[in-house]
Amino acid sequence: MEKGKGIMGSGRRWAVHFSDNSTAPSSRDIPDPPGFARASVDQDDSTVSRQKKDAESNWKSQKAWEVAQAPFKNLLMMGFMMWMAGNTVHLFSIGITFSALWQPISALQGVGKVFEPYKDNKVDLLGPKLLFIALNLGGLALGVWKLNTLGLLPTHASDWVSSLPPAQEVEYSGGGIPL
Amino acid sequence: MAIRSFFLFILFFSSSLSPVFSLYEDQVGLMDWHQQYIGKVKQAVFSSQRAGRKRVVVSTEENVIASLDLRHGEIFWRHLLGADDVIDGIDIGLGKYVITLSSGGSILRSWNLPDGQMVWESSLQGPKHSKSFLLVPTNLKFDKDNVLVVFSNGRLHAISCIDGEVLWKKDFEAESFEVQQVILPPGSDLIHVVGFAALSQFEMYQINAKNGELLKHESASFSSGFSGQVSLVSTETVVALDSTGSILLTISFQDGKISSQQTPISNLVEDSLGPAVIIPSSVSGIFAIKTDAVPIFIRVIGKGNLEVVEKTTHEIAVSDALSISEDQQAFALIQHASSEIHLTVKLAHDWDGNLLKESVKMDRQRGLVHKVFINNYIRTDRSYGFRVLIVMEDHSLLLLQQGEIVWSREDGLASIIDVTTSELPVERDGVSVAKVEHNLFEWLKGHMLKLKGTLMLASPEDMAAIQSMRLKSSEKSKMTRDHNGFRKLLIVLTRAGKLFALHTGDGRIVWSYLLRSLHKSEACQSPIGLNLYQWQVPHHHAMDENPSVLVVSRCGPSSDTSGVLSFVDTYTGKELSSLSLDHAVVQVIPLPYTDSTEQRLHLLIDADKHAHLYPKTSGALSIFKREFSNIYWYSVEDQNGIIKGHALKCKCTGEVADEFCFDTRDLWSVVFPSESEKTIATVTRKLNEVVHTQAKVVADQDVMYKYISRNLLFVATVAPKGSGEIGSVTPEESWLVAYLIDTVTGLILHRVTHHGSQGPVHAVFSENWVVYHYFNLRAHRYEMSVIEIYDQSRADNKDVWKLVLGKHNLTSPISLFSRPEVITKSQSYFFTHSLKAIAVTSTAKGITSKQLLLGTIGDQVLALDKRFLDPRRTVNPTQLEKEEGIIPLTESLPIIPQSYVTHALRVEGLRGIITVPAKLESTTLVFAHGVDLFFTQLAPSRTYDSLTEDFSYALLLITIVALVAAIFVTWRLSERKELQEKWR
Repeated sequence: MEKGKGIMGSGRRWAVHFSDNSTAPSSRDIPDPPGFARASVDQDDSTVSRQKKDAESNWKSQKAWEVAQAPFKNLLMMGFMMWMAGNTVHLFSIGITFSALWQPISALQGVGKVFEPYKDNKVDLLGPKLLFIALNLGGLALGVWKLNTLGLLPTHASDWVSSLPPAQEVEYSGGGIPL
Repeated sequence: MAIRSFFLFILFFSSSLSPVFSLYEDQVGLMDWHQQYIGKVKQAVFSSQRAGRKRVVVSTEENVIASLDLRHGEIFWRHLLGADDVIDGIDIGLGKYVITLSSGGSILRSWNLPDGQMVWESSLQGPKHSKSFLLVPTNLKFDKDNVLVVFSNGRLHAISCIDGEVLWKKDFEAESFEVQQVILPPGSDLIHVVGFAALSQFEMYQINAKNGELLKHESASFSSGFSGQVSLVSTETVVALDSTGSILLTISFQDGKISSQQTPISNLVEDSLGPAVIIPSSVSGIFAIKTDAVPIFIRVIGKGNLEVVEKTTHEIAVSDALSISEDQQAFALIQHASSEIHLTVKLAHDWDGNLLKESVKMDRQRGLVHKVFINNYIRTDRSYGFRVLIVMEDHSLLLLQQGEIVWSREDGLASIIDVTTSELPVERDGVSVAKVEHNLFEWLKGHMLKLKGTLMLASPEDMAAIQSMRLKSSEKSKMTRDHNGFRKLLIVLTRAGKLFALHTGDGRIVWSYLLRSLHKSEACQSPIGLNLYQWQVPHHHAMDENPSVLVVSRCGPSSDTSGVLSFVDTYTGKELSSLSLDHAVVQVIPLPYTDSTEQRLHLLIDADKHAHLYPKTSGALSIFKREFSNIYWYSVEDQNGIIKGHALKCKCTGEVADEFCFDTRDLWSVVFPSESEKTIATVTRKLNEVVHTQAKVVADQDVMYKYISRNLLFVATVAPKGSGEIGSVTPEESWLVAYLIDTVTGLILHRVTHHGSQGPVHAVFSENWVVYHYFNLRAHRYEMSVIEIYDQSRADNKDVWKLVLGKHNLTSPISLFSRPEVITKSQSYFFTHSLKAIAVTSTAKGITSKQLLLGTIGDQVLALDKRFLDPRRTVNPTQLEKEEGIIPLTESLPIIPQSYVTHALRVEGLRGIITVPAKLESTTLVFAHGVDLFFTQLAPSRTYDSLTEDFSYALLLITIVALVAAIFVTWRLSERKELQEKWR
């Protein structure tokens, strides 16, 4: 590609423009070939494209719903992994828990991107998006729940007092057995 | 479920198993050091062995008998007898047995001279207590058997030198007979026993040495009586003093006839003043007396005529006589002159002629010469040479030969009274730093060796060189503070009244100082050092000041004699000042306040219960005034079984107006019933202990609040009957009661009775727990108990939101007069060893878990995890409890051989264990002292905050280099591949 560019940049000898000027009659210098009826083709084309567009939007909304439901499978798998990891704190369970927390968060951050391909005027993406967000939030909740079962959430009194220094005593007393 | 358990199984192996605290063989001596001492020498006998290495056998006040190398002063062998097995006499029999008489003359032992193995032991009983004498005659034989003559417990024994069998014995049962001398005239078969009876009667017994038959008994009466010892001037003449100490009695008993002559001392010396005492010596023809600290030598001429030969004003020391030929006896005399000592060796019959006269420069810090032992050798030109062994005031032992100190031993360190620590100076320009490496070549060689060692290419010789390099690393013996706080000075006070500063890196003596205030003086007759306190520890302000220690001493053994304070700079070892107090010192209370120059406030309590504040400055007084009403003190009167609490009242009334003296009043008293309880042990927390947290998190995320108070006292009492030895009472009549008492209010927080138990009790108090060790008579085993105290009044602080927002009063100051609600948990375990000392590790922030350090009866220090003494241990701990680290309950505490802190060494005569936190949180410094000294570093939870000694830096470096190289190579490869892709 770069090579082509380079040549084109250095000295252009000829060029072919593939832009279709056929729809603009004013720029039509060349007459239509005999037997060619432009209008009929146009008409035909528009109905076909409308049908096509309908199918596509249908397909898009279907796809969007599918994508929205995808985290559910993920949720199930995560649940299984968590059950396997057990309730003790170690490398494996921490890894799983943090990936379980990270995945929904990153997914939520990219909600717009995930549904980008299915964006269409006719397609209502609100439903799938809400489902997607709800499922991911569910995943997040699962992760937090796991974190809690691992005892890594500061929800107990012990988490807040474990480094409290001992209270000062007002009185001081010394002495003992006489020297 | 199977998968899950499989994962657990993998995890079990991936996480390291419970840590092992043992050392590898090549780590011995890296962080620890061990020094062997013997104590102040009482008696020394030179081995007359012709062949082999020359040695001297000594007995000491620490009850050690040791054989020392005469050339270097090293210990060949050494035995420490029990604390109540005091050595009365030693000698060498047959040239190959060391004979010792100990325990007041009731145990006679024979040891093999070359290796110190015991040959035999015999026990000598007798009708009554008396002085004891051990005599080893060279030519007295009995059926080809050499005989030892021992007088002890009022009985004369003849004992076979070969097997310790008693050949004959003779009782001296006369009620009032007090033996003074047992004499063996050379070349005869007679034994003379002389002594006093009924204060004024001189008695002489002549006994046949062959069979113990009494040949003759003579007595003579002296109306003036006797005082003190007698001095033997010949085999048939003794000199004694009369009861007033002013008349010398020369008593001779030639041929069994007693004749005597009296000579008043005033006839001999014109200006003699006070009563005289006889200085014990065994030089024939000459004896010495001392009047008003002036020693006078007197010669006996003919039959009872006395003549003064010398009167010195210097301090002197005289050795026993040494016979150098048939009729010649030599003795050594040492006199002090300012910074030198003069050694003279004279013949007994020729005072004016000197065999030898030498002057030796002597360090002033060694004080006076206390004892002299003389030995001779034959020079190459066949003349006699002399060497003397001298014992100094600071208990050190020196060998002098040819006007030089051949070797010296700092045996004062065998009797340490108290220990404290001091930081070293901060490293800055001008502070002397040990030179690092000799030259570049040495440095390169060292690093080459290390590299070889790392790459496992080193030969055994190289390995040895590497090991010695590690041991002699100059890093650990620098004279400056280090980042980890491993290098410190150990300041020790010895019984001789000398302060030593030992470097923790290698145990060398940095400085030593014989306290002037502990010298005998007019005002202070028998000064004794009591304790050491940290007086000034500069850190925030006053950084430029040197730290100093306070030495508290007293002018006599009784508690009402006046005290002396000395302040010693710990960097230089110089005495900054010394104070002779006009009041006694019964208690010293370091207060938790410091003045503007970081001097700690101390309260000294005198015999009349007045409190005196030191330092006597207005700044200190204003700080003290501010805290006046919050300062209390308590006294434990263990004789009466009373513990009393006191508060400060007002300025001293009467006498002198002294602003720093305060009257006190009694607040409370705890009286133990004297018929059922006797106090045997008290223990408190260490003042400088740091506690990290007040909360203890238990298994199910629950919190228990520790009851942490500096003012808790643990007291153990036993039944008066059971205060004797173990096994002297039946379990029914013996019990042990443990108390926890608040020393401010006198409130007894906890009391527990152990029926059928007995002392001695060794206890240690730390944070919120006490561990104590005692004997269980029912189980016939030693037991250890733990009591943990928790604060119940804080237990309902469990609202997370309050804690998150800080709306709690857990850290606000509390008064002990608000009645505490405590609960205690306790548990007991059997323990195999009996203990000599107990201590607990202490770290800088108190985060690291604790270990108990147990000084066992075998003179070793055993580290035992505190987790083994946890009252929450159960036989079957739940899963949660296991996760928390609770060990299943067992009947007895395990002794893991690898956890001996002293590894293969022994700290003979172990008396105390001191732990000092290093700056590195995981590490604590441990110093154990007895006759020996031992120092090491401990990491109770391993060194989690630093890389270990054996961390492979080489591997790390290699890995990094390899990674960098790999990154570079792969980058180039990818570049090339991309280029090719583009050309395609």
